[in-house]
Amino acid sequence: MRIEILGGGCANCARLYENARKAISDSGKKAAIVKVTDYGKIASYGVMRTPALVIDGEIKSEGRVPGADEIRKMLG
Amino acid sequence: MDIFEQFASWLVNGILGVAPDTRLSDVVVYFTADVTKIFLLLSVMVFLISIVRTFITPQKVKRWLGGRKEGVGNVLAALLGVPTPFCSCSAVPLFIGFVEAGVPLGVTFSFLISAPLVNEVAAVLLLGLFGWKVAALYIGSGLAIAVLAGVLIGRLNLESEVEDFVRKVRSKKQNEKMMAPQERLDFAKAETIDIVKRVGPYILLGVGIGALIHGLAPVGFLSGIAGRDNPLAVPVAVLIGIPLYSNAAGAIPIVQALMAKGMALGTALAFMMSVTALSLPEMIILRKVLKPKLLAIFIAILAVSFVAIGLLFNALMG
Repeated sequence: MRIEILGGGCANCARLYENARKAISDSGKKAAIVKVTDYGKIASYGVMRTPALVIDGEIKSEGRVPGADEIRKMLG
Repeated sequence: MDIFEQFASWLVNGILGVAPDTRLSDVVVYFTADVTKIFLLLSVMVFLISIVRTFITPQKVKRWLGGRKEGVGNVLAALLGVPTPFCSCSAVPLFIGFVEAGVPLGVTFSFLISAPLVNEVAAVLLLGLFGWKVAALYIGSGLAIAVLAGVLIGRLNLESEVEDFVRKVRSKKQNEKMMAPQERLDFAKAETIDIVKRVGPYILLGVGIGALIHGLAPVGFLSGIAGRDNPLAVPVAVLIGIPLYSNAAGAIPIVQALMAKGMALGTALAFMMSVTALSLPEMIILRKVLKPKLLAIFIAILAVSFVAIGLLFNALMG
């Protein structure tokens, strides 16, 4: 699994990163987590609000910070 | 006394036992009444706007504005900017998305100006602290500035002043799924809690400082320097507002107290607009997509507009 956190580095992006990290460790799944901070790249996903959460290329949330529990459900 | 002041004086003088008609009582009652009123209004308004918001995603806005002509496009963009949540960190992906969808530059700017300047948080604070007339003046002139500044930027043909990488972005198409009514309500509830939590501390701080000014500064101490008769007050207020990065939530309560001490309405409006729409962090973020010339033009147009609005209202009121 590949999890991407899209955002230019604002406070909410850091919160989302932390929540995602917690969700992964809670779920016990193996997943790589990367931050995408390049704006051109962020826009190429079709995302217009940051932070956004992308799992295996699919946008799961944008413009908000889902909690660790919600992200764990997204992980399946 | 309105119902909130009655509640506050019942709480402060009755329950907490602070002696009425003292300076301490004045400050605490003023603070409690304002805070209660604002938080109540804010929660209701944010909830309603959040429901509207579930129907107006940026992806839809982008489609609605793509290829629009000057005029209609600018008005539409300014109006759509009102219910759109705006965090300065989203300005860049939004801008790129608009450019890619073929939204004209001037129309994009109408949106970029209106979104932070005119929003439900500012509207609630103005309504709660100043009454509907000032709220309407602020919203009306804010929209007018967004439309006119956008038209002007559109006519200046500055397309080449957008950073080159912006035009190369090709985005994947996202399929949007329709939200069920229950999902919209859940979203609005979560959004309300989030926004009230986020702006709450600013409001408390702003109203707190406002209450101190209200209780401690002598009446009319600003009449000389920030009153209607000092034409320099407006440009100075706009300049002071640029580095001050606060949202409407913190600025408006302070401005209300300053007005009670003699600051003129136009000066106050100009200051509020400058604080909310012209912030240093946002300009730094926009620099990523705008070349310096366009960024400078953008800032200059806004600053001049705010000064003009301030002078206009100072001349009209009174």
